[in-house]
Amino acid sequence: MDPNETKERMKIPRQSMPEQHPHERIKNFFEVPYGYTAEQAMEEAKRCIQCKKPLCVGGCPVNIDIPWFIRLIAEGKFLEAAHKIKETNGLPAVCGRVCPQEDQCEKVCIIGKKGESVSIGRLERFAADYEREHGEVTVPEIPKWTGKKVAVVGAGPAGLTVAGDLVKKGHKVTVFEALHTAGGVLMYGIPEFRLPKRIVQSEVEYLKRMGVEIVLNAVVGKLETIDELLANGYGAVFVGSGAGLPNFMNIPGENFSGVYSANEYLTRVNLMKAYQFPEFDTPIIRGKKVVVIGGGNTAMDSARTALRLCPEEVTIVYRRSREELPARAEEVHHGEEEGLKFQLLTNPKRFIGDQDGRLKAVEVVKMELGEPDESGRRRPVEVKGSEYLIDADVAIVAIGNGANPLIPQTTPDIKVNKWGNITVNPDTGRTSKQGVFSGGDIVRGGATVILAMGDGRRAADSIHEYLTTGVW
Amino acid sequence: MFEITEKKELAHTVYQFKIKAPLIAKKRKAGQFVVLRMNEHGERIPLTIVDSDEKEGTITIIMQEVGKSTAILGDMVTGDSILDVVGPLGKPTHIENFGIAVCVGGGIGTAPVLPIAKALKAAGNKVISIIGARTKSLLILEDEMKQASDELYITTDDGSYGHHGFVTQVLQNFIDEGMKIGVVVGIGPVPMMRAVSNTTKPYNIHTMVSLNPIMVDGTGMCGACRVTVGGKNQFVCVDGPEFNGHEVNFEELVLRNRSYMKEEKLAMEEFTYHEGAKCYE
Ligand SMILES: Cc1cc2nc3c(=O)[nH]c(=O)nc-3n(C[C@H](O)[C@H](O)[C@H](O)COP(=O)(O)OP(=O)(O)OC[C@H]3O[C@@H](n4cnc5c(N)ncnc54)[C@H](O)[C@@H]3O)c2cc1C
Ligand code: SF4
Ligand code: FES
Repeated sequence: MDPNETKERMKIPRQSMPEQHPHERIKNFFEVPYGYTAEQAMEEAKRCIQCKKPLCVGGCPVNIDIPWFIRLIAEGKFLEAAHKIKETNGLPAVCGRVCPQEDQCEKVCIIGKKGESVSIGRLERFAADYEREHGEVTVPEIPKWTGKKVAVVGAGPAGLTVAGDLVKKGHKVTVFEALHTAGGVLMYGIPEFRLPKRIVQSEVEYLKRMGVEIVLNAVVGKLETIDELLANGYGAVFVGSGAGLPNFMNIPGENFSGVYSANEYLTRVNLMKAYQFPEFDTPIIRGKKVVVIGGGNTAMDSARTALRLCPEEVTIVYRRSREELPARAEEVHHGEEEGLKFQLLTNPKRFIGDQDGRLKAVEVVKMELGEPDESGRRRPVEVKGSEYLIDADVAIVAIGNGANPLIPQTTPDIKVNKWGNITVNPDTGRTSKQGVFSGGDIVRGGATVILAMGDGRRAADSIHEYLTTGVW
Repeated sequence: MFEITEKKELAHTVYQFKIKAPLIAKKRKAGQFVVLRMNEHGERIPLTIVDSDEKEGTITIIMQEVGKSTAILGDMVTGDSILDVVGPLGKPTHIENFGIAVCVGGGIGTAPVLPIAKALKAAGNKVISIIGARTKSLLILEDEMKQASDELYITTDDGSYGHHGFVTQVLQNFIDEGMKIGVVVGIGPVPMMRAVSNTTKPYNIHTMVSLNPIMVDGTGMCGACRVTVGGKNQFVCVDGPEFNGHEVNFEELVLRNRSYMKEEKLAMEEFTYHEGAKCYE
């Protein structure tokens, strides 16, 4: 690119993405941003200066050829752009919405050094949406069956990626999913207004069209164990069972009605559609005053979900300061626009209930930042005597998840670490048990969609190698 | 989809279903349960697997209409299909030869007691069972329990059949008579399980109860089913459903089970309204 053109391009301002007004959107569960129009996408794509050594690619956990797909968008070749992304990322419509691009590709984009980086995530989303909405999602040709079968445990992003990659290599793949819907956290955790469920389902449909078999309502370990799967004709097993064991704080009153884990709250609303109760049968307590404990994305998702269930007030209680909030800045910003309140440097001490066992208040204590801890963040310490009450009829505990113990319990020769996460060779995803591979949250603890997918990709390659060579 | 191959009315609004689910039938053990979702709008509800037939590939469940979801199931007939059935969930009952095993079933709770009584019997225990109901017409599984037990005692609250009074009175008599009880299994409404546990506690008789909290996923992912046992939080769907009755915080369980009373009533009203003619006592 000649220097003049580069200069011109760098003058184009970052295109903002139109979105629902906060006053409107807190009354519905529709997606907040509408996405770029074709014109906006082409304009934004022009901001990319097509670096010879693109840093963004290195920042992407699955190394999408970012400048290439962006160039295709700039040229109006939207379908080609989508195909380019799909060479390395099987779920672009999902990743374009939920990836923390500001910590990945966009963080290192050269344009971001002086101004605002190229909106790589929004462009990814645009290309994927364009392809889906124009009904031109083509299924790649599937090679002849190799004679090998692979079982995948869990239909989250890790498992779905493994399944897609391996059918494309000619293996038969069966995915076993414990819940009644495929998608993992994408279906039960991340809310509709951030990731519409029909998008996840269209990705699942795409895999099925490629020949992936998905068996729902199948809890591996209870129905069949991994050993039984291996004995029954599956040449390899991939475990992508996720980090689904909610942590509680173990403080008094945590079992009052109205105290939820974020997993329960979000599952009721997203997977079971409790926001449409009584049209859907699963109920949820619609709190007037809702307190959400924690500062991560799950806390933000819970709080913004609560805001859409007609409360008077929703408050985040977080024990560190604003700078340490682990949630994405964009989510915090969206929450604030929607009226979310923050009580920072505050920690719950106990829950208080009425005589019917229903939550009525949370006792909290003020915190101040002391010496740095192992994570390098300053450790919050209680300010003596600063306890006070916050009225609340719903409290959502969003302080992270532990590893789901079901697979290790029923397959003791799969090694786990002291937190119960399965240990693997990070390059191959191989576990301590021959023929068994793993990746995603069950290995990493709570991580991200794209890291789970990256694990899936690497595991699929090494499963293919194992099935072909037979060498462990 | 899971087809209903047989339906039987056991008592007023109490039904027994056989459901086609070959893999679950093959795998399930006494004490385990399934989670069902009747249709696309349905909630996920847990029900104990009472029996299974590996050859037929069916499992048997018994339910009582208590809310909208069970009312929908209660309206289903042979040939209908349930959308989702997942299991077998929970830990199987710990079965060994305890010597004398007293199996106590209250109301619909007799259903989950039956497979445990059978398993205890098969393990060589002398099985003495006590089953109770409010009134004679609500008593279920009398014949089946008789077959599974060495001795069977029946109680009704109103005296319309068997011993007039509560199951715990019969249990107390056994203890007073000096019966050497190895284990008591008590399953039924929460107040009944609490009463059974309170009866055996002073004598330190090992007592197992099977808890029935509200559940969502049934796989340990949500924590809806948590109860305090021995001062610690336990997830009934994966750590249970059976626990030492002397350690369970029953008061908490009662209150947690009432969390959605208002919503359940509303759902039921809408349902009966739309259904039109259906009558409830
Ligand atoms: C509320 C919330 C918001 C999030 N937001 C973001 C975000 O914005 N961006 C981002 O990148 N990441 C986000 N994450 C994290 C991200 O969702 C996870 O890192 C990712 O989904 C992990 O993928 P996975 O495939 O490893 O597991 P999961 O998505 O957890 O899927 C595991 C699947 O396995 C099934 N399963 C478990 N055990 C068994 C068994 N024994 N047999 C059969 N099936 C089984 C489960 O039912 C589940 O469907 C969020 C997480 C949560 C909870
Ligand atoms: S670093 Fe930024 S400008 Fe360079 S290629 Fe990547 S997106 Fe384009
Ligand atoms: S029902 Fe969700 S953890 Fe037990």
